[in-house]
Amino acid sequence: MGVDMQVPVDGDRARARCRSHRRRILEVSQKVDALHVAPAFSCLELVDAVLNYCVDQPVGGADAFILSKGHGAMAHYVVLEDLGVLDPAHVNRISQSGSTVGGHPDRGIPGIIASTGSLGHGLPLALGIARGKREHSTPGTVFVVMSDGELMEGSVWEALLLGPSLGITNVTVIIDHNGSISRGDIMKVQPNLIPVAPKLQAFGWDTREIDGHDSAAIVEALRSGSGSAPLAIVARTTKGKGVSYMENQPIWAYRSPSPEEYKLALSELVDPEDSHA
Amino acid sequence: MRDAVARAITEAARTRDDVILVVADISPAAALKTFLDENPTRIVDVGVSEQAMIGMAAGLAMTGLRPFAYTIAPFALYRPLEQIRVDLAYQDLPVVVIGVGGGLSYSALGATHHTMEDVAIAGAIPNMTVIAPCDPLETQAAVTESFDLTGPAYLRLGKSGEPDLTADATEPFALGRIRQVRAGSGTALVGYGPILELGLRAADEASEHGVIPSVYSAHTVKPLDLERVDTILSTYERVVVLEEHVHRGGLGMQVQARANEIGSTATVVSLHLGDVFLHTYGSKDDLLEAHGLTLESVTDALLGTR
Repeated sequence: MGVDMQVPVDGDRARARCRSHRRRILEVSQKVDALHVAPAFSCLELVDAVLNYCVDQPVGGADAFILSKGHGAMAHYVVLEDLGVLDPAHVNRISQSGSTVGGHPDRGIPGIIASTGSLGHGLPLALGIARGKREHSTPGTVFVVMSDGELMEGSVWEALLLGPSLGITNVTVIIDHNGSISRGDIMKVQPNLIPVAPKLQAFGWDTREIDGHDSAAIVEALRSGSGSAPLAIVARTTKGKGVSYMENQPIWAYRSPSPEEYKLALSELVDPEDSHA
Repeated sequence: MRDAVARAITEAARTRDDVILVVADISPAAALKTFLDENPTRIVDVGVSEQAMIGMAAGLAMTGLRPFAYTIAPFALYRPLEQIRVDLAYQDLPVVVIGVGGGLSYSALGATHHTMEDVAIAGAIPNMTVIAPCDPLETQAAVTESFDLTGPAYLRLGKSGEPDLTADATEPFALGRIRQVRAGSGTALVGYGPILELGLRAADEASEHGVIPSVYSAHTVKPLDLERVDTILSTYERVVVLEEHVHRGGLGMQVQARANEIGSTATVVSLHLGDVFLHTYGSKDDLLEAHGLTLESVTDALLGTR
């Protein structure tokens, strides 16, 4: 765990920051086409919590972060932008002609250490980084945010089985458990995937289940590792969280809101003090 | 070649502190025992998990280590191909994927254990270097020089007991350069991998019939040394390419394409594996014969009687 692990979580501040992240993602969605808005909203508090409270530095420190669900890239980009790592000019032009920042994280983008987008790659990479730290005798935890749909990839189970077998404890995996994949409800496609937590526990991971939109709960769980096993957090989330008409509607995994829809979404993301004014 | 690669890695680890092996359930060659004695923590055995082998190797490389990911060739390359493409090649990380038992080495075990199209597949991926040494000496040199690479490589090896073919080679080994192994005139044989031994025997046969071919090892199949290919095409009237690999995407096709491109008048003959899965077993020679590759057929190709 990072050296800043004791930074307390101010729930109101975290909520305000995440509302602002959501507004920013929607703002970008009006400038460029086909952003994965809903998948980013689903993991927003998770990415925000890891990068604000759990890693020693957002980039280049002892700790590391991999967004294995690469289609949540916008969440990572806006948090990096907020932390001053990623230039807003890049974020404004995501995936546009000549842009070097695109729809999925690409190693080399400021703050991005792994090229993801194809599912099931983040966790094996994290195990390698963690194992490498052991050889270099350097401290640090590797945090990985995965989607629950990603758990259908065989490579993930290779890594879930392998991490504890290799005695790796400095990897923390966070499952963004929104219960849906592109075609809809996981319960309809792969009902045996659920419940997730007992499977991770059975594979040797120290497992927690939390509300994945409660920043304080996320950070508390992330700091609760025993140190004797790698930590797995099953974070219950809502795809499209924060905008009522997007929540759990598969279409918003791909669609950008129209100007009217954009306005409606913003009205739901107003800060409390502003709404009182 | 198994022993040679182990020796080379062991030797490298004596002067470098960044060498690490990632293996997938393969009993390390006896020669690796020394490496393990000297570097007890520098091996990760992932079990039967080839995707994790490549992913972890990529992560290890991200921390500055120089991983060698090692298992039987089809499982080293085909099973985790997407990890090789994304984790290693897209991210351009210096990991050497070692496929042991390449080509038809495991002749008794069936096509699940063969790699007949690995050079084409690995070579089609951007950033990949593809190296297929012909003997233990080249294997050792390839491992040593692989540390100069900044991106990933696929090292295609035979298995064990291959003879040294290049001890008296007319040119030294240099990664990325086609080397002349034997000097002749008029006709050239160009190949890579342990099948070059068959090529050299065929060259001996041809010599008895008055044709004394030069023999070249194109150990670095990608990036291909086109400058030397051009020289060969303009120096010899007849160029025979020999590979334990299918035609499509192999060296023969590339040399033929190059000959067309530069308008070479040389006759280029490509000897390769057929576009077929064999369901027969036996020695490697038996399987090569089933693909039409015999001492006689290679000799005939050199003599132009075929």
